[in-house]
Amino acid sequence: MSEARRRLLMRTDWGIVYQNARDGLRMKVSAGANVGERLMAIGDRHYGHIRAEAVDWLERVEMDLGRIDDLPATFSGGMQQRLQIARNLVTKPRLVFMDEPTSGLDVSVQARLLDLIRGLVGSLGIACVVVTHDLGVVRLLSHRLMVMKGGDVVEHGLTDQVLDDPQHPYTQLLVSSILPV
Amino acid sequence: MTPILDADVMLRAERLAKSFVLHNQGGVRIDVFADLTLEVRRGECLILSGPSGAGKSSLLRSLYANYKPQAGAVLVRHGDEIVDLCAAEPYRILEVRRQTLGYVSQFLRVIPRVPTLDLVTAPLTDRGVDPDEARERAGSLLARLRIPPALWGLPPATFSGGEQQRVNIAMTFVQDYPILLLDEPTASLDVENRRTVTDLIAEACGRGAAVVGIFHDAEVRAAVGTRSYDLAAGREAA
Repeated sequence: MSEARRRLLMRTDWGIVYQNARDGLRMKVSAGANVGERLMAIGDRHYGHIRAEAVDWLERVEMDLGRIDDLPATFSGGMQQRLQIARNLVTKPRLVFMDEPTSGLDVSVQARLLDLIRGLVGSLGIACVVVTHDLGVVRLLSHRLMVMKGGDVVEHGLTDQVLDDPQHPYTQLLVSSILPV
Repeated sequence: MTPILDADVMLRAERLAKSFVLHNQGGVRIDVFADLTLEVRRGECLILSGPSGAGKSSLLRSLYANYKPQAGAVLVRHGDEIVDLCAAEPYRILEVRRQTLGYVSQFLRVIPRVPTLDLVTAPLTDRGVDPDEARERAGSLLARLRIPPALWGLPPATFSGGEQQRVNIAMTFVQDYPILLLDEPTASLDVENRRTVTDLIAEACGRGAAVVGIFHDAEVRAAVGTRSYDLAAGREAA
């Protein structure tokens, strides 16, 4: 695949949500512009349309619309993650990569975000590859699970089967190490 | 070769074996059951019996593909097809669970902070049922299970044990699964609610569902059970 083609895929069919929102957002332009940029990157030039889409997507990720013209640098971690998700989904990707989307967030924010991701992925029919070390996130969010150790996949399968009946020593160690609340 | 089941057999475990190897505890191996074969037909309620630790829950979880049996097959009638859950791909197992195979666990496990009514509605809307109709069906089932409407908008985390279990039951019984696996659904319920759940199970059998269940309550067993399978003896009990 050519570099140009790959870049087009990243703007259209793919989405990437980074662990650190600063890697996935432009911190010096407004929230609305962050969403609009993806649309402009694929040729949208109509300001009214871009603005309307930005409003629609910020609503879908449950952002306060009063903040649409504010800079993401002034947002909390949970808001930044939601903005990243809105920015990615606006071009209706079919495959989204998420690297630790909820780590570093307050647990109360985490639960809302997980439910939001699950709902959007389900209703839009998106395929998602998520990297996480939080087994609670794994159980609630994913259908399938791959357990990796030292660069190798040591076990994979249906999420609840791998978590409830782990076969590999490393998976057994992981599952037995979950701290009870 | 496509496996064959008699026309009214909904679920068949064939020469099923389950053991656990605990790698981090000196590689201890625990054999739960082996060479286990059983069949459940349309409209039948098979009760798994046996003392605590006999492997009733492990068998039920194996039938749901939540546990991974070491040998054998779990054949499920899924629409017009027969699917072996021990050999099926994950997406296929999820499809079977969505449409054919319902499971009520002993404990409610859900995404935090999602309102109760939404939890019970979700299985229907996931299958494409109109949201308004789904909410209505979910609401009437919650009412039947005596969850007061005042609680519907709240997440179940703060509910009592019995209320959580009834939400759990509602999440499965809100749709008409052809096969139901029930792990002590009535354990933490009072007499009235136990009776409601007994009625729900009997109604499911009445419309032709095949049910496999673990019930500690003798009254429930007598009310819904058609046959029982004794895991300690490894065969069908009288």
